[in-house]
Amino acid sequence: MNSLKRVGFALLAPVIAVLIAVLATSVVIAASGSDSSAGDFWSVILSKPDNRLLVNILNQTTMIYLAAVAAAIGFRMGLFNIGVEGQYLLASYTAATFAGAALLPGALNIMATLVIAMAVGAIWAGIAGILRTTRGVSEVISTIMLNSIALILVGYLLDRYGLHGGNQVRTKDLPESSQLAGWLPFERPDGPIWTLGLLAVAVGVGFWVLLNKTRFGFDLRATGLSQTAAVASGIKVDRMVLISMLLSGAVAGLIWMPAYFGSAHTYGTTFQAGLGFTGIAVALLGRNQPVGMVFGAVLFAFLSTQSNTLTFQTDISPSIVQITQGVAVLAVVIAYELVRRYRIRLEQRTVARARTAPVQEVTA
Amino acid sequence: MPAAPPAPGASSTEAVIEAPEVRLIGIGKRFPGVIANHDVEVTIRPATVHALIGENGAGKSTLMKILYGVQKPDDGTIEVGGTERSFRTPTDAIGVGIGMVFQHFMLADNLTALENAVLGAEKLHGIGDKARAEFESISERYGFGLRPDVLVEKLGVADRQRLEILKVLFRGAKVLILDEPTAVLVPQEVDALFANLRDLRAHGHSILFISHKLDEVLAIADDITVMRRGTTVGSAVPGEVTKQELAEMMVGSELPSPETSESTVTDVVQLSLSGVTLTDDAGRDLLSDISFDIHRGEILGIAGVEGNGQAELVETVMGMRRLTSGRILLGEEDVTDWDTRRLRESGVGYIPEDRHRHGLLLDSPLWENRILGHQTRPPSVKGPWINRSGARKDTRRIVDEYDVRTPGIDTVARALSGGNQQKLIIGREMSGDPVLLIASHPTRGVDVGAQAAIWSHIKRARHDGLAVLLISADLDELIGLSDRIEVILRGRMVGTFDPAGVTPKDLGAAMTGGGEA
Repeated sequence: MNSLKRVGFALLAPVIAVLIAVLATSVVIAASGSDSSAGDFWSVILSKPDNRLLVNILNQTTMIYLAAVAAAIGFRMGLFNIGVEGQYLLASYTAATFAGAALLPGALNIMATLVIAMAVGAIWAGIAGILRTTRGVSEVISTIMLNSIALILVGYLLDRYGLHGGNQVRTKDLPESSQLAGWLPFERPDGPIWTLGLLAVAVGVGFWVLLNKTRFGFDLRATGLSQTAAVASGIKVDRMVLISMLLSGAVAGLIWMPAYFGSAHTYGTTFQAGLGFTGIAVALLGRNQPVGMVFGAVLFAFLSTQSNTLTFQTDISPSIVQITQGVAVLAVVIAYELVRRYRIRLEQRTVARARTAPVQEVTA
Repeated sequence: MPAAPPAPGASSTEAVIEAPEVRLIGIGKRFPGVIANHDVEVTIRPATVHALIGENGAGKSTLMKILYGVQKPDDGTIEVGGTERSFRTPTDAIGVGIGMVFQHFMLADNLTALENAVLGAEKLHGIGDKARAEFESISERYGFGLRPDVLVEKLGVADRQRLEILKVLFRGAKVLILDEPTAVLVPQEVDALFANLRDLRAHGHSILFISHKLDEVLAIADDITVMRRGTTVGSAVPGEVTKQELAEMMVGSELPSPETSESTVTDVVQLSLSGVTLTDDAGRDLLSDISFDIHRGEILGIAGVEGNGQAELVETVMGMRRLTSGRILLGEEDVTDWDTRRLRESGVGYIPEDRHRHGLLLDSPLWENRILGHQTRPPSVKGPWINRSGARKDTRRIVDEYDVRTPGIDTVARALSGGNQQKLIIGREMSGDPVLLIASHPTRGVDVGAQAAIWSHIKRARHDGLAVLLISADLDELIGLSDRIEVILRGRMVGTFDPAGVTPKDLGAAMTGGGEA
């Protein structure tokens, strides 16, 4: 199969899924009996975002992409790390507490904080990994439970050790010397593109290299494709489970770091929750492929950000884009399977054609 | 035994069910590159237990699926009660009274026995009292002793199986297909099942009983049909046939022309097992005290009826299972505690029994499959990196040398026929100068052309000094390739044979325990 066809097949499923999602959203808007029509909705969503929103979309994309990679590392070997949410929550709190304490100066503080965020995420995910390899506990169950535990734990720690001001509790502010606002593409009020968004680029490239170029990546993919074949080929599956969980958790730990160093500077009401679950959806949408997930992350960031303008220009609730996002993910899972089957049938036919000539010789 | 089996025709208190005669005439089914069935002839007489026997891969499952409407035959016809039928779905089959009990139970654990029976058949007796009455009457009539309200998760294996049978009867089946029903049962449960089956027969049901356990077949069947290599090769009546004769029919008695190639066996021991014992979690021996040597240039064949420890032996030697006691030497080295990767790195090639589950990444291209099992060795890798060009180049070599028919090395493995998949695996496992090859059913499910090619590759490698452990259910293959044949029975080695002088009869006797019991 030539590369053009290959790309065509890779794009077919997501394109179908997005079309279905557009259709379903339009139907819901029409059925909801609002004064604004589906046309209004799409003209708002598809209008050119103003500068402030463009920056916002890009910043959201980097965080969503990090979350997607975190989920994809597990997915690629058949591990369902549903706990990205809890891992980055706990990591974000711990990192903000550490960075706010300013034990180290400037850039050193940033680097140490990133290491701590990754370590905390990895440890939290590693608990699920150890439970799975030693006790056979499904990682789906344990990571969901660890999500709740992380939430309660952070709530308790923040309340007990955080700074109370008014109704709010937060960690100590990040010293100015460690702040990393980023690059201002437009006017100051439009906001900066966060420097640590580059983490998403690094992690994306790293994930691609790991998967496609290294022995470890091959073992990881092989385990995901067929655990039985992996065992027969000499892969130690338990070890792979643990390492993947640690890696997945480490990347999860980085998710909120661009926002923290870029603009939040404290863990409190500024914390953006829910990225972990968005990441899972985007990983599915992008088929756990490093490049595919970039598109998925952009799409999700675009829809969420654009939906905010709905309140000003229509009477449609911004939550409607969650329907678009949800349907897209659901449709893409089905579409991938259909495309996959179609592709196999096509390949089998090609193979059959290639062997029609010499196959006769066996009739002895 | 819980109850004395009633004689046929006796003890029926209710109207006797009239099962129709079922005839399979000239059935054939082909898959890409494999002929699963051809010219199959089976007649199931009314109110009999008809046994269908044959080794795994002989085509029994395909035939069952055809009879139950899961797959459509390419040739031949099915007659039920004298009328020609064609089944598009299992619903069509059940419509004329043919039901199937699968080897792997299809029950919902969190529902009750009654709910499981009713599920999907609500139209027949409703979901209320009528269904309950039907359930209870079936259970009582055949002595199943099943209570309708017990949760399936509380049931043991034997009760689950009875529930599966009841499910099929609930749907009005008169002809029951049972796929290796005894595989999951302990001996006492087997006796109870047979009592149930005799009861069913006494009430007029017919049963197609699929098995490869000859003792059981002789104990329960009225008629026996033997399958081999996709076709029916003979039929027999218990009482007129011995176990040995059946074994011979199953594995094939035509001896290949004697191999004239001279022996290449050397004095150097390549693999040595001493006292290898493997115990399962329940403390039962899967392998007991197995000892043998394989020399360089020697092929040791393991003969045995499927399920007598062959798979466990292979997995133990490959480091996939930890032996309970004993010692394994590879050359001079003690490899008893080595893991699979280390064994592979030191030159052990492995052709697994189930290539789809253990040998291939079906959805990956051929060149990535070349890397599988060789992740730590050139030309597939360079240090921690995958060597893409090296792997691709070597895949092309394998495709050429081993005549893998494929449009290219980017084709996914799934798209190839079984024979070509197997040739790729053989080519891969022969790469990197192996010192020992573990070949488990290397030609199972491949066409004749590929089979001959695979045999010649193995012979050539033996000539070059490779030691081979060959496990096969095909006696022709064993006798044709091996330098020595060991017979395995219930996890023990029970006899050594010289393939030059052995008859399939001798092997058959040894495989089934000879004169004993």
